Amino acid sequence: MIDYMDHSPRVLNAMLMAGSYDDVLRSRAIWVCTGCYACTVDCPKQIPVTESIYALKRASMRAGVYPRRFITPVLARQFVRLVDRRGRSSEAWISLALYLRTRPFQLVRYAPVALRLMRRGRLPLRPDSVRKPAQLQRVFDALDATTGEDA
Amino acid sequence: MSYTYYPGCSAKGTGRSYEESLRAVFGALGTGLDELEDWNCCGASGYPAVDVAKAVALSARNLALAEGARPGPEPVDVIAPCAGCYRALLKTERAFADGGAVAARVGGALDAAGLRYEGRARVRHPLDVLVNDVGLDRIAEAALRPLAGLRVACYYGCLLVRPYATFDDRRSPTSMERLLEAAGAEPIGWPMRTRCCGGSCYCGGPIIGALPEATLRLSHRLLEDAKRRGADAIATVCPLCQFNLEAFQDQMTRKFGEPINITVGFFTQLLGTALGLDERALGVQRMLRWRLPEPAGTQGGAHVRA
Repeated sequence: MIDYMDHSPRVLNAMLMAGSYDDVLRSRAIWVCTGCYACTVDCPKQIPVTESIYALKRASMRAGVYPRRFITPVLARQFVRLVDRRGRSSEAWISLALYLRTRPFQLVRYAPVALRLMRRGRLPLRPDSVRKPAQLQRVFDALDATTGEDA
Repeated sequence: MSYTYYPGCSAKGTGRSYEESLRAVFGALGTGLDELEDWNCCGASGYPAVDVAKAVALSARNLALAEGARPGPEPVDVIAPCAGCYRALLKTERAFADGGAVAARVGGALDAAGLRYEGRARVRHPLDVLVNDVGLDRIAEAALRPLAGLRVACYYGCLLVRPYATFDDRRSPTSMERLLEAAGAEPIGWPMRTRCCGGSCYCGGPIIGALPEATLRLSHRLLEDAKRRGADAIATVCPLCQFNLEAFQDQMTRKFGEPINITVGFFTQLLGTALGLDERALGVQRMLRWRLPEPAGTQGGAHVRA
């Protein structure tokens, strides 16, 4: 995935050491990481690389400096919104919301795949939800009422 | 023996045939699966990118519900077939076992909602259960229609074996090869079997990966390599990998030239085929492409391959 990053993870690390924290948070690179943990497993120094990138993603979200039109942070936000509201995700809704917000014209290109899935009962349109949304909401409210190091 | 079953969002959508084949296989082997009542999203890889405590809380509610449904001192095995859910739930299990600050905060929040996760609920993957609880002898015995001559590429992807390898090796896993071998197949040697498919960018947004071009390239590399090594089919353990490797083969052919047309199924569908289960019960009709070579003669003699 490095080919698709504006800075490689090594460069990100160097930037952090040099104090360019803000540029790191604004980079696309942290949002290109798929979170596959290959680097974490292979690191000879046991550095939790993937978890560090997750922490940078959260910091970038909190500071509100994530790349606005880049697809992965938008995906994460839409996903969180849907799960907050319903307790469950919906593949169809997430995809639709994502493409409407980032590249609406591409929807046409992927419509045939969506139709083939629908015909096979693999893309239900009705969003699912938990039966006790209030219980989940209470858990979230309790978390909102307390603060941690990395909220 | 019966297990608690955590389906996750994909098992009700693009990965429906994963759930169907899993139920069929467990049923045939006499192992029960009780779906967790009122389960919620595991948090996937989208929630931890926004709020880590809430991501842990989502999984913790599921584990608390699993314990609540089975009171008593015994451990509760929660089966999560999706590799993404498996990793998310396991991360929460570990966070509570280690007892750090996030676990304490989440524990307090659960308490406020009348829930409690004691640590009895343990997250398991069906591959682990089939190999280590049910056992390969039992599988071989139940395989009425062995997958003789089927050259299968066993694809693990990322999150089943990383970062936590609870029942296999992180770099060089072998469970799926051993399982499908017991079912009569011939697993190929495939060094790329734990490389990322790019699919985790979806977080349940499957029309195409979040980074279409990158995802397509990563998946294409895997399929091309499996094909070059003579695989007839690819077995997967994750609905995201399965979808990603199956659905965009036409786009790959257009973009990279060489035609790609290879069956990508769930390992439970291949195992179910060996157990002699009906194709519809295994959700085969939902696949976008499905073609397995005729089983080679089991009467001895040379293996005949199409």
